[in-house]
Amino acid sequence: MSIDIDTARKVAKLARIRVEEAALPELARELSGILGFMEQLNEVNVEGVEPMTSVTPMRLKRRADVVTDGNIQAQVLKNAPDAREGFFAVPKVVE
Amino acid sequence: MLDLTYTAPKPKVIAGAKHDWELVIGMEIHAQVSSNAKLFSGASTQVGAEPNSNVAFVDAAMPGMLPVINEFCIEQAVRSGLGLKAQINLVSAFDRKNYFYPDLPQGYQISQLYHPIVGEGEVLVELAPGVARRVRIERIHLEQDAGKSIHDMDPTMSFVDFNRTGVALMEIVSRPDIRGPEEAAAYVSKLRQILRYLGTCDGDMQHGNLRADVNVSVCKPGQYEKYQETQDFSHLGTRCEIKNMNSLRFIQAAIDYEARRQIAIIEDGGSVMQETRLYDPDKGETRSMRSKEEAHDYRYFPCPDLLPLEIEQAWVDQIAATMPELPDAKKARFMGDFGLTDYDANVLTAEVDSAAFFEAVAQGRDGKIAANWVINELFGRLNKEGRAIADSPVSAAQLGGMLDLLAKGEITGKMAKDLFEILWTEGGDPAEQAAKHGMKAVTDTGAIEKALDELIAANPDQVEKAKVNAKLAGWFTGQVLKATGGKANPAVVNAMVAQKLGL
Repeated sequence: MSIDIDTARKVAKLARIRVEEAALPELARELSGILGFMEQLNEVNVEGVEPMTSVTPMRLKRRADVVTDGNIQAQVLKNAPDAREGFFAVPKVVE
Repeated sequence: MLDLTYTAPKPKVIAGAKHDWELVIGMEIHAQVSSNAKLFSGASTQVGAEPNSNVAFVDAAMPGMLPVINEFCIEQAVRSGLGLKAQINLVSAFDRKNYFYPDLPQGYQISQLYHPIVGEGEVLVELAPGVARRVRIERIHLEQDAGKSIHDMDPTMSFVDFNRTGVALMEIVSRPDIRGPEEAAAYVSKLRQILRYLGTCDGDMQHGNLRADVNVSVCKPGQYEKYQETQDFSHLGTRCEIKNMNSLRFIQAAIDYEARRQIAIIEDGGSVMQETRLYDPDKGETRSMRSKEEAHDYRYFPCPDLLPLEIEQAWVDQIAATMPELPDAKKARFMGDFGLTDYDANVLTAEVDSAAFFEAVAQGRDGKIAANWVINELFGRLNKEGRAIADSPVSAAQLGGMLDLLAKGEITGKMAKDLFEILWTEGGDPAEQAAKHGMKAVTDTGAIEKALDELIAANPDQVEKAKVNAKLAGWFTGQVLKATGGKANPAVVNAMVAQKLGL
């Protein structure tokens, strides 16, 4: 599978990453290269092999249902381009 | 235990220009897990806090932060699954659902698309005595809630609060087995009731802790049966999804509007476009959410931050062993053990607290009389004062004690109502309060007989009338009750009147 320029443009838009029109062919080529490598991996016969999810046998770590975090409003908002009255302020999005 | 059997209801039919149309509805219910902390962070789930105060760096999606799952939330999903008689998947996994929106700081929602924790189950949705729809559950998965945007605080900006971001939701997905607006509302009610019994979700729809996405399509009669035979969706019409409904009334209105809109399009020679719509309660109509369309390419992939979720059968068994009695079983037991009507059993099992209260009153007493008092007097009074059963001024023991006095004939029905009022306002022991207020039924038949004899002697006309028309004998009963100050037992007086007048 290869990524054409239209697909590259669409993926960039969905991810809200600005890509100039002139940069799209190169981006599409790079993405296609990655997928090409994946296709190469796909040629390996893995029938009956469980997908590996971790290098070492590990169980998903769990936490207890206890409030241990939060109340750091100032820190959470610190890097926001715009914050008012405890809220993040963003360009209006109305449905 | 009583084995209740049900027949399926008829689907809702809307008459079209050329032929009838039927509705096909599937629902996705988002139920907030009643946890203290969020699904993947240690921040609080409490509502009403300062904006962005119940937020950890994980919830704000700060770079490098990693999610750690809340074990209690896993347990609640399993418990809910067991409550819906569903398959529990010992291995499930989390995926990222990618989309861009200001209330979603990660840029993706952690959900379970490919391997949900709960598989197929079933809910019995009763619509009338003996009539119920079996709605198949396709799956329940755990996922994160999004934040909240406020649009009316500033003319050009939207304000975003992440307090709700990352709170655990159970998304409960049904098969398209619901066939009308009333069924849809009844399904949501039933699910809510089960979750509240289980304690896994508080079911507070007003605060959005339980909300529904409703998928609606229409088809010609006969098509749905073909779908059920083959499970092939091509027999059904194109569906539209109405998002984020949190009112049973609006759910019904939206489905009705949406079905008629689709029928009008098809009958006009057009075709329904699959899309996401919003219901506007002010206008009573649904409208397209065009902006959501492009974002529908969610580019799901397994979340690399989380290992698959593996749980042990022994743990599931342990949860199963602590399951409460569920509404269907409780209702059948109340009907079987206490001889309640279908209606009374439904009312008394609607909430687990009401059911427990009734059971405490009814234990060792006449179940029907207990049900009447709990439903008519107690619930009536609680509703009037807007109180919950937990705040009832009259306890189950007090009401039970009062019913004992009534059963023994020590007080009359009328006295019982007065005594109930006293217990409500003053409290106290029923027997002591009855004695203190001089409530004592006259059980001495001699006194009743004497009063009746005097009446008969003084009113020969009434005696003649009563002998011609037996209904007029009630006059004597009334007069005797008056003469004894309402303290005689009406049933005893009635019997004596009938005997004396030779009726």
